[in-house]
Amino acid sequence: MLKIQNLQYSVAQDGKQTGILRGIDLNVEDNQFLVITGPNGGGKTTLAKCIMGLVQPTGGSINWNGTELCGMSITDRAKLGVRYGFQQPPRFKGITVRDLLTVAAGKKLSHSEVCGLLTRVGLCAKDYLDREVDTSLSGGEVKRIEIATVLAGNAPLMIFDEPEAGIDLWSFSRLTETFGELRDQRNATILIISHQERILSMADKIIMVSDGKVSGMGDPQEILPQITGDTVCFCKAMEKS
Amino acid sequence: MNEIEKNLLAEVADLHEIPEGAYNIRMDGKSAGRNSTAEIQIIPKTDKDGIEIHIAPNTKKQSVHIPVILAESGIEETVYNDFYVGENADVVIIAGCGIHNCGNQDSSHSGVHTFHLGRNAHVKYVEKHYGEGDGSGARVMNPQTNVYLDEGASMEMDMSQIRGIDSTNRNTQIHVGDKAEVVLTERLLTHGKQNAESRVDIFLDGEDSSARILSRSVGQDDSVQTFFPCMTGNAKSFGHVQCDSIIMGNARISSIPAIRANSVDAQLVHEAAIGKIAGDQLLKLMTLGLTEEEAEEHILNGFLK
Repeated sequence: MLKIQNLQYSVAQDGKQTGILRGIDLNVEDNQFLVITGPNGGGKTTLAKCIMGLVQPTGGSINWNGTELCGMSITDRAKLGVRYGFQQPPRFKGITVRDLLTVAAGKKLSHSEVCGLLTRVGLCAKDYLDREVDTSLSGGEVKRIEIATVLAGNAPLMIFDEPEAGIDLWSFSRLTETFGELRDQRNATILIISHQERILSMADKIIMVSDGKVSGMGDPQEILPQITGDTVCFCKAMEKS
Repeated sequence: MNEIEKNLLAEVADLHEIPEGAYNIRMDGKSAGRNSTAEIQIIPKTDKDGIEIHIAPNTKKQSVHIPVILAESGIEETVYNDFYVGENADVVIIAGCGIHNCGNQDSSHSGVHTFHLGRNAHVKYVEKHYGEGDGSGARVMNPQTNVYLDEGASMEMDMSQIRGIDSTNRNTQIHVGDKAEVVLTERLLTHGKQNAESRVDIFLDGEDSSARILSRSVGQDDSVQTFFPCMTGNAKSFGHVQCDSIIMGNARISSIPAIRANSVDAQLVHEAAIGKIAGDQLLKLMTLGLTEEEAEEHILNGFLK
């Protein structure tokens, strides 16, 4: 179980502290498939990065199956089974797709295992396995390889940060199938940050994060109409006018 | 051969025993073994140190190993090796040099290699430089490589120096004939107080000639690296220079690529970049379970692969 309590993160801005996360509370049961959504700048990516250890929260707690993650290194969290797919993945000169997936899996992968991983993100293994993960790949290609690195770990907690960003419609359809399979297998807890209705509608629960807080939570049938009906993006001033 | 010599041989030429085919092993200033074949003749020079390697026309799928090992401290030598590769031959030449210096005198090897490739010949040339030993004497290598490519000839040059050489001054000159092609990959890692300078001059003399220089280097600690890759287009030709360096610690790296066109039909491009390892690269690999040190090593190994 993932238990997040009163999670805070603030940064100094113009001599005063600005809260990015302002007391996030969240309980996620094992093997749930949750989608986090909300307006831009609301704190979703910061929340995900706090779980992975890429951002150090200024207060609160993140407990994963009885282990406190706050204060633990990124490497130790990864070894504990936490994985995070970057919204904007880095590129590596000289490191091939095969190399990266081998590191991600933590073991030598058979040819069919590597092919399977790439197929799950809509890439043809024959064309990509020995290519370097460098600037010769498009943004969408790098993004799909990034998702494959998360899948390769078979981790019990996988976090995907806007997996749809930069991906063409055909590949996106293949990705939604993969996420559907992950949900149906029920052997990992999945957190996906997304704005895509097709992904949102697959969720066990949708978590709305805005202004650094959880502002709503519920079934897709309950939350989706609220999102599509909200044209002022939680802005109270706009609501009044 | 003792353990030190065996290890050096494995490092520079991937050899664990005497190779098959043509070879010349030079150890501590003397020949330690030589073999010619029907197609590849190795003849010692009589006027100075070195050998001539004559590869018959149409020789295919054969290799020549010419490793040099310096295991005694204080040896300083200049060796002249001339290669004559016949028309339509297709061979691999492996020429590594390893120095083990555990004494207080400098050990130095200067290999002057000259290649003459006949029409449509193809050579893959692999040169590895490696140094080890905890003596205070310096390990020095100053290779000089001259290449002449006849019409339609092509050469892949893979030259690397990963750790262990205190001082190197590399000098490479290549003349590319009609429809000939050369691809030169240079990989270098310096550390400690090492110094490396590499000058590559490629002259695209022939019509439809082409060349690529791909230089990748890592400068660590207090080491200093300087690169001068220069591509000159004297005819209708294509040339591309790409230099990438990763800088770490207090290292200093200068990358000074140049392109010169002496023909209106010469098309020349250069790119050069120096930067440290990007933070998000380290973080990404750490999210996959590597420690920061392991992530750094993985990035460097990939970069220099």
